[in-house]
Amino acid sequence: MGIADILQFAFFQRALLAGTLIAVLCSVLGIFLVLRRLSLIGDGLAHVTFGSVALALLFRFQSVYTSIAAIPAVLLSAIGILKIAEKARIYGDAAIGIVSSLGIACGILLASLAGGFNVDLFSYLFGNILSISREELIVTAVLFVVVLLTVAFLYNELFAITFDEELATTSGIRVGLANNVLVLLTALTVVLAMKVVGIMLISALLILPAVSALQLARGFRTAMFLSVCLGVVSVVGGIFGSFLLNLPTGATIIIFSFILFMAASLLKRARG
Amino acid sequence: MQINAISIAGLSFAYQGVDVLRDITCAIPTGDYVGVVGPNGSGKSTLMRCLLGLNRVERGEISLFGVPLATFSDWHRIGYLPQGLQLFNPNFPATVEEVVRLGRLAGKRFPRRFDKGDTTAVDKSLELMGIASIRKRLIGELSGGLRQRALLARALVNEPEILILDEPTTALDPDTRENFYKLLHDLNTERGTTVLLVTHDSSTVGLYASRLLYLDKRIVFYGTFQEFCSSSDMTGLFGHQNQHLICRRH
Repeated sequence: MGIADILQFAFFQRALLAGTLIAVLCSVLGIFLVLRRLSLIGDGLAHVTFGSVALALLFRFQSVYTSIAAIPAVLLSAIGILKIAEKARIYGDAAIGIVSSLGIACGILLASLAGGFNVDLFSYLFGNILSISREELIVTAVLFVVVLLTVAFLYNELFAITFDEELATTSGIRVGLANNVLVLLTALTVVLAMKVVGIMLISALLILPAVSALQLARGFRTAMFLSVCLGVVSVVGGIFGSFLLNLPTGATIIIFSFILFMAASLLKRARG
Repeated sequence: MQINAISIAGLSFAYQGVDVLRDITCAIPTGDYVGVVGPNGSGKSTLMRCLLGLNRVERGEISLFGVPLATFSDWHRIGYLPQGLQLFNPNFPATVEEVVRLGRLAGKRFPRRFDKGDTTAVDKSLELMGIASIRKRLIGELSGGLRQRALLARALVNEPEILILDEPTTALDPDTRENFYKLLHDLNTERGTTVLLVTHDSSTVGLYASRLLYLDKRIVFYGTFQEFCSSSDMTGLFGHQNQHLICRRH
C-alpha cells in the first residue's frame, strides 16, 4: 500500500491533522517549559489526566467526553503545582512529583473500582491517534486555536519571564499571571496530547522537539520555529511509520523524535 | 518643588525572621549619583530589591518619583542591572539584540508589541555600549564582561531616569571596569540620570558618586563625600585609615 493510498483513509487524515496541531502546541510550549526548567510538568499533569480518565471510564463516558472531562482536574492540578511550590517553598520538581503521584494513585484506585485496566484505559496510557474521532478532532482544533492565540498575544511576556523572572518583574510584567497562563496552556495541551502519544509519553513530546531545536537555534524565535518543524516531522513521521510497520503510534512518534534529537546533537557537535 | 527620584520612609525588612533592613529613611534627589556601600550581609542588595518591588515591603514606604511603589507602573523610567542573572542558563537561545529589546517591554501596555521605535532604541543602546557588532551573538556565548554590557544596554534602552546597579563590575576586568564607571559618570552628568550604585569597592566609589550611603542593616551614614570625609563621627566609627581609603580619590 502506497502513501497515496494511505492518505485516502479518513481516519488517517484525521490522525495526521490532529497530530500536526498537537505537535505544534507541544513544540511551542516545550521551548518555554524546557528553558524554565519545568520540563517534567507535562509528566505530572499527564498523571493527573490518568486519574481523570480512569474516573471518566468508571462512569462510562464516551471517548470525546473523556478528554473534555479531564480538563478541569488538569487545570486545577496545574495551578496546584504552582501554589504548592510557592506556599510550601519547595522546588518546582518536588511540587510536580507530589501532584503527579497523587494523580497516579487516584487513577489506580479508580481503575481498580472500574474492574481493572481495560482496553480503553490502555489506549489513553499509550496513545492511539489513529482512532481519533471527528468530534475529538473538532475539540482539538478549537483548543489549538485558543492555546496558540494566547501564546501569540503573550509571546513577549512569556519570552521575558523565561529569560529572567526578576528582570521581567522590573519591566512591569506580572510574572505570577504569566506563569499561571503558561501552566494552564500546558494543561490543555497535555489533555489533547494524551490521545496522540499516550499519558506515559506526553512529556517526551513536550521536551524532545524543544531540546532538539535548542541544539541548533541561534535566537529565541528561531528556536521556536525549529521546535515546531521538528515536532511536526516527528508526529507525521511517527504516524506513517507506525501505520506502515504496524507499530504502536505513540511509541513510534517518540522514537522518531529521539532520532531527530540525536541528529541535532550530532549536527551541533559537527558545527563545533 | 522638586520631587525626589526615590523616597524611603521607615523601611524594615526581615528574611525568615532575621532582620535585614531596619528603619531605613532617606531621599535621593533627581540627578544624584549615590554609592551604596557596606559589609557583606548589610542589606545593600535587599534594599535595591525592595526599591524594584522584587521583595515585598513589610514595613515602611517607598515612593518612586513621588508615586507609592504599590501603584507605580512607569517601569520604563527605571533601569536595573543585577549582579548576575537569577538562574542564568548558558544555553539560552537569545541573541544580544533580543535581550536588549526585552527591556523595551517596560514602556508598553498589553498587547506588548515591538515597533520601529523599539528597533531604533535598541540600535542606539547597542551603539552606546559598543556592542552593535555582536548583536546576533547568543548571550550565553559571551564573556562575563560582554554579558554585563549587554545587560546594561538592556537597562539603558529606555533612557531611564533612575539607574539601579547591584555590584555590576564583579565580572569585569580593570580596564572595562574603568570604562564602565566613566559611562555611568557621563550618563549622570550629561543626561541627568539618577544613579544608585551598590558596590563593594568603597575605595573607588568616591571617584564618581556625589553621595555615599553606608549601610549596615540600618543607615550608618548618608550624605555627601565632603560631609563623610570631614565627619569626626565617621572617623571614630571607621578609623582614620578606612575613612582616608574612602575619601582619598574624591
